[in-house]
Parts: sequence; structure tokens; C-alpha cells
Amino acid sequence: MYKVIGQPVLRKEGRDKVTGRAQYVDDLTFPGLIHGVTVRSEIPRGKIVRAEFARDFPWNEFIIVTAADIPGKNAVSLIIDDQPCLAEQDINHAEEPVVLLAHPDKYLLERARQAVRLIVEPLPAVIALDESIAGTEIVWGKDNTFKSYLLKKGDVDRAWSTADYIIEGEYETGAQEQLYIENNGVIAIGNAREGLTVWGSMQCPYYVQKALMTIFDLPPEKVRIIQTETGGGFGGKEEYPSMIAAHAALLACKSGKPVKLIYDRAEDMAATTKRHPSKTHHRTAVSKDGKLLAMDIDFVIDGGAYATLSSVVLSRGTIHAAGPYSCPNVRIRSRAMATNTPPKGAFRGFGAPQSIFALERHMNRVAAAVGLSPEEFRRRNFLQGGDTTATSQVIRDNVDLAALLDRALGLSSYHDKKQKFAEHNRTNPEIRKGIGFATFMHGAGFTGSGEQYLKSTAAVEATNEGRIRVRVLVASTEIGQGTQTILSQIAADTLGLDYNDIEIAQPDTANVPNSGPTVASRTCMIVGKLVESACTALKQSLVHSGLLFAGYTPTEFAGACAAYTAKFGALRSFSEYEPPPGVQWDDERYQGDAYGAFSWAAYVAEVSVDMTTYEIRVDDFVALQDVGRVIHPVLAKGQVEGGVAQGIGYATCERVVWNSDGRMVNNQMTNYVIPTSMDVPSIRVYFEENPYSYGPAGAKGIGEIPLDGPAPAILNAVEDAIGRRVDHIPLVPEDLVKIIDA
Amino acid sequence: MPEKIRIRFSVNGEEREVETYPMARLLDVLRGDLHLTGIKEGCGEGECGACSVIIDGELVNSCLIPVLQARGTSITTIEGLGTDGRLDRVQAAFLEYGAAQCGICTPGMILAAINLLERISSPTEEQIREGLAGNLCRCTGYACIVEAVRRAALKPERS
Repeated sequence: MYKVIGQPVLRKEGRDKVTGRAQYVDDLTFPGLIHGVTVRSEIPRGKIVRAEFARDFPWNEFIIVTAADIPGKNAVSLIIDDQPCLAEQDINHAEEPVVLLAHPDKYLLERARQAVRLIVEPLPAVIALDESIAGTEIVWGKDNTFKSYLLKKGDVDRAWSTADYIIEGEYETGAQEQLYIENNGVIAIGNAREGLTVWGSMQCPYYVQKALMTIFDLPPEKVRIIQTETGGGFGGKEEYPSMIAAHAALLACKSGKPVKLIYDRAEDMAATTKRHPSKTHHRTAVSKDGKLLAMDIDFVIDGGAYATLSSVVLSRGTIHAAGPYSCPNVRIRSRAMATNTPPKGAFRGFGAPQSIFALERHMNRVAAAVGLSPEEFRRRNFLQGGDTTATSQVIRDNVDLAALLDRALGLSSYHDKKQKFAEHNRTNPEIRKGIGFATFMHGAGFTGSGEQYLKSTAAVEATNEGRIRVRVLVASTEIGQGTQTILSQIAADTLGLDYNDIEIAQPDTANVPNSGPTVASRTCMIVGKLVESACTALKQSLVHSGLLFAGYTPTEFAGACAAYTAKFGALRSFSEYEPPPGVQWDDERYQGDAYGAFSWAAYVAEVSVDMTTYEIRVDDFVALQDVGRVIHPVLAKGQVEGGVAQGIGYATCERVVWNSDGRMVNNQMTNYVIPTSMDVPSIRVYFEENPYSYGPAGAKGIGEIPLDGPAPAILNAVEDAIGRRVDHIPLVPEDLVKIIDA
Repeated sequence: MPEKIRIRFSVNGEEREVETYPMARLLDVLRGDLHLTGIKEGCGEGECGACSVIIDGELVNSCLIPVLQARGTSITTIEGLGTDGRLDRVQAAFLEYGAAQCGICTPGMILAAINLLERISSPTEEQIREGLAGNLCRCTGYACIVEAVRRAALKPERS
């Protein structure tokens, strides 16, 4: 049925990448181009008194921009407009941008940055999450709370008295840096009258457009955003590019020249967003036969100084907090809190890795309390078709989590190893070995009615530049995950054409419709479906015009396109998002179908703990998931391997160190450690392909689920190895010393 | 300000001369003066390997090399690989086995792999992982890269 889908076709832009010809933003240059830098507050909270510019410095050669130069509203527009583009009076974190400078010479520019001194009258700052919750100092709104949710199913309070066991636990996760290897960067040209053009490294061109429209008070047709080849995003280029694009555009308007603003690594790590740190408290009621009776969950995340995307990160974390388990009574209270630290933001998984870490550690603790193995306890509680999730979403998928778990345990020889390791640990005090797993789910696409509000659009058109091809027009960006390739595969099979007959337009707000942001595991499932529908519509136009007949060949298709365009002009068709039938969501009660579909997974980690150096080594990793139909086997495997590697880092080595001013002090690759090729085991990736009726060719979301499972699976394995409870990540050797020697 | 000087070296088999500051980073000279933008800057402190080039057979981080140190040497960058529009065996394997995702580490990673295969023609997986440990990739988890290098090693150097 499918000729191209399911095949390992070569990546559309792959040749440019392996030859070094791919053009990233820093590879572009323009005549007269000058460079920009940002002067930041360095003080976490206070009132700006003035900016002092050093004497005996050639300031007349420099372009200087402050908040006073902003023609429109001084806000980086996102969900709410609380974050200024440049601080005017109030400083709310130590990396807050205040002054922008531009000059043709990058080296002089760095000296100029150091020659600006901001005089700030300091105010008491809230750095730690606990201080924000305590509320003795209010730094945002009326109680430091960006957003809170209360999700209720059944009646938790009535369940405690019927429980045989009540088990409590507290879990914490740290911040994590996305650490794309290409730093954030943009080039801007334009003026406030005729409009702006921005080229940059980004995930969401239309987010940048919206932000610039607000800051410059311009209509959409005067703000053109073009995505250049992007060297990784992982969420880190979802919202931050709006800020840096606005800064470059302000300098461009004031100078009348093209302005390149590229962060170096230290600035990128210190000033841009990170994964939200979290704390989760679980209180769980269970019967003596191991059935979940009630789950009472309190989930708190640290959002930093401004609201950014914290409310939606919190939402996803909240909905995933009770996991793939059936429980009649669930209450989840959650809050996103403000602190005077740089705003946290999107990072692959988007709140789910945090709450799933807590849950999958806690489920092991509950199993032990009941006297069941972790796998048997889960088997007794897994969601099955017809059951309801914490939001009372009925599971319509054909999912068999017990079978999924059993297959993963079999693939990893879990039971054999569990026994062997127990024996090994009795006789080998130096290296302890352990094995652990996690079972989890991840909803694809925007949460709740998000996709319905978004109303994404995709288009396809027939082009004739020497030969008929079909061009896909979407704002969905290629950031390494394979957008161009999978959308081409979907288009090729829908139209019955060759993979090489499909091309993908560069994401450019002047040329492509808004297919929504490249986030939330939505590109394949949601945008892929839109491309499929647009292709079907294009085909129907040809059929209805009497130019194309069933059973056509690619040559006949080309002939029909040529005839159509000669007669009627452009051949283009659009498709707009429609929810799958029966999907209902209640925003007020936070109940209903939270996602169109969930992907499901069971991950198994095998670890060694060196009892001399306290290092954790992941020796083997099995990642089994149901993501619906796999569109491209190599890319899909690559998504899982890359996500698992980031999860290994999240669990074992990636620690953001904050100082008392809430500044990241290890903002270098030297001391913020991500896994190298020596630290990642061979990751064994398997798929259970259950086609999803409303995804393109049956595909669901894949991008984020690989980051949900590794941390809890690894910590469950560490607990198995050392026989001690480990309830926070990252779990670095300094922490293990304390836990083991306690 | 220090004065600019003339420095000659060979890049991808061609003799080049640049007029620049002696302590300018080789990375900036190759990208800026010679427009060889296939070389990338990831960290600027020799940790990530995105700026890898081969100088006289040695794999180096060009962000750590003052251009003066490159005087009289022979430098290979990603632009120097492949012949007559055909990909080198390592480039071809990276493309085929999904070793390039976002592509930003790819030029440096490919040079590291080529340098490894020059030293060890049939490396074990362990040797491949060790040989690439100075080049960070955030997308792949390294599995496809290791596989690509293993596959490339099975092919003749020039095809």
C-alpha cells in the first residue's frame, strides 16, 4: 500500500549537511553587516537608576538601543505579555537585557559591552522555588503563581479510609539546558516604516512574527521571518528566538544596516531558557491486592522570572502526572511559580519528563510497600481500552501495556539479569549492578483544545520548473528531526509519486501558511495529516477537472498538472486542522480528551555504579514504543536514540549550578557535562506499530516520548544496584556519596 | 592594537595567503577570510569539536589555534572532501545511515571519523566511540554515527 512511507529514503537536506554546504544563520552575510551584543542587568531584582557609559570610549561609532527605542509595546508576546523586550525600570532576573549595542567590529563590541555600567537599586530577590512558594517576598502577580491547576477525578478524600496501604514520596528534578550545538542567532534588516525581515535559527517562525508585530506595531505583511538551517532546538528555539530577533531588529532599525546577533555559548547557556525544575509529592492509596485506589499528587515547577510557556508546560506535566494507570480517584494540584532567575521554557517533553520521573519512581515504592514486583504491580493497574485517564479520557487506542512491558522485559533479559546482578552484588563490592524500567505515555499535539484554537494550515502546490513537482508549504521547521523527509514521504505516497518529485518550501512567513509551531510531537501526526489531506485535495482537483483518472502513472499526473495550470493558473490546495471525531475537552474542569492520541512506551535500563568513584554508567538500554506507524525507520530510531541520550544526561550528569543571584555559573560545555560517545551505550530501539486511525498513514507523535522514560528507568536501576532510595535528578557522584555513605 | 601580518598555508590542497592578526583564531580566519563556512563554532573553548579541521594529519579544534600556528601547514576542512561532486565514503555513510540530524556537528564529526580511519583502518566499536569522544552531538545519541563509521570502514577509501 505504501511505497515511500516506511522506507529509509535519504534525508532531503542530508547532502548539504554532510558536505558542509548547509547554510546556518552564522554562515550568511550581507553587505554592510554589523554585529550586535546585549548588556544584561547582572542583578536579580531591582529598579534601574541609569546606564553609565564609560568616558573616553568612541560611543559615536556605536548604535545604542534601550527600551525608549521600542516603537510598539515593550513585551515579548507569547501567552501573556509580561516579559519586556528590554527592561525599562524593573529588573526581574540577572540576565535581563537592558541595553543593546551594535558595531562592525565584534572585538570592539565586546569591549563596549564591558564599558556600560548599569546602576540598579537592588530589591530582595527570590531565587529558590521554596522561597517563592513560601511567599514572604512577592515577585510576580499577587502570590508568585503564574498558573495553577486542580484536576479531579472521583473522590480522593473518601478513598483513604478504604486503603490497606498509604504510601507517600517526594521527588525532585533539576533544570536542564537544551544544548543545541548551534547557539541562538539571527540577522535582521529593515526599518519601522517599510517593515522587517529576519533570518534565524528557530523552531517557530510565526511566533517570532507575532512578537515582532507587537514590538514594532506592524501588520503581518510587514514582518517577514525566514528560518535558516537550524542546528538543533529541542524546545530551546521555541520561544527565545522572538527575544533575540526583536533585539536584532531594533538595532537594524536604528542603524539602517543588517545586524547579526549571535550568542556565544556562555551567553546562550546563561541567558536563554532551560527545562523547569520541579518538585512532586505523591500520596497513594492501594488495596492489599495491589490495586490503585487513590492518587493525590502535588506538582510544582519553577518558571523563573516571566510567564513564558510555563502555564502550558505545567498543563502537560499535570496531565501526565498520573501516567498510564487506571485509578478511580485522582487529584492533581499543580502550580508554576515565579523566581528571580532567567525564565524557564520549552524543552523536549515539556513538563512530562518531570512528573513522569516522580510517578515512575513512586510506583516502584508503592509496589515494594504492597510486596509486589514493580512489573506485577504495574500489570494490575495499567490502563486498558475503555478505561479512563486522570482527565477521564476514554482510551480508544488498541493498547496492551502489559504486553508492551513484557516484550521490553524479554528484550532486555530483565528477569535473568535481575537475579544475576543480585548475586554479582553480593560478591562484588566495587561495582554494583542493577536493572530498572519505566512505563509511560506521551500525548501528541497541543493539549486539550489547543489544536482547535491553533487551526493550523498546510498547503501543497504543483510547480513547473522544467519538470512537474509538488511543493509542500508549511511553517514546520527542519531542526534535525527530519520534517522535510517525512512530509515528503507522506506527500509522495498520497499522490502516488516518487520521493524525488516532492520538494519542501523554506519556512518563510511570506510564502508558507501557518502550520503551527514545531513543538509538542505534532509535526508528524498533526502537520503530516494536514499535508496528507492537502495532497488528497490536490489530486481531487485534477480528477474533478477531468484531467486525471484512477490508476494514473506519475507521468500522467505530471501531464494533468501541466494541463491544469495552463488552463486555470496555479494548482494549489490547502488543508486546515479538524479534530478527530468525538474529541471533547472541558477547559474549565480540565477533563476530557487531553490529546487526540497517546504514544506508549516501556524502557529498560541496566546500570553499573562504581562504589569508588560513585559514577553511574548505563550499560544497556532497551527502548520499546508504540508511536503508531513508523514513517521512516532510520529517522524514527534516531529520534529515540537521541532522546534517550538526553535522558541519560538529565538523569546522571547534566547539572545546572546556580549562584545566590540565580545566575548559571557552569555556563560552559567544560563544566555542564552532556554525554559523549563514550557515555552512551548502544540503545536498542524497538517499535510496536499499531496504526492510529487519524494520523498520516497511522502515525502518532514520536519526538518527545524518548525523554520521558530514561531518567526514572535509570534511577530505578540505581536503586536496584545500591539498595538505597534515589529520588532526585540529576544524580551526580557528589549526591551518591551522600546517599551511599549516609 | 597588534599589527596584521601575512600568513601562508595550504587549505584543501590550495595555497592560500591571508593578512590577519597573528593571534586571530584559525576558526575565524577560515570562516571569515576564506569563506569556508562548513566549519562551525559550537563552544569556542575546545569542548565540542564542531570546529574540527585536520592540520598535517592531526585532528584539531580550530577555535583553539592561533592562525600563526598554522603557518606553512596543510589544512583539510569539510569542503576538501569528496572528488568531482562525489561524496567521500564517510560522507556517504553519514548520509545513508542517518548520522546527520541537525547537521551542525556533522562537518567536525566527519573529519574526526576520517582522521580515525587514517589511524585505524578497521576500528572496533570501542575504538570508534573513543575516536569520536571529542566531538559532541546532541541529536543522535551517537548510535547512527558509530554505525556510519563502521560501515564506511568496510568500503575502499576511494571508490
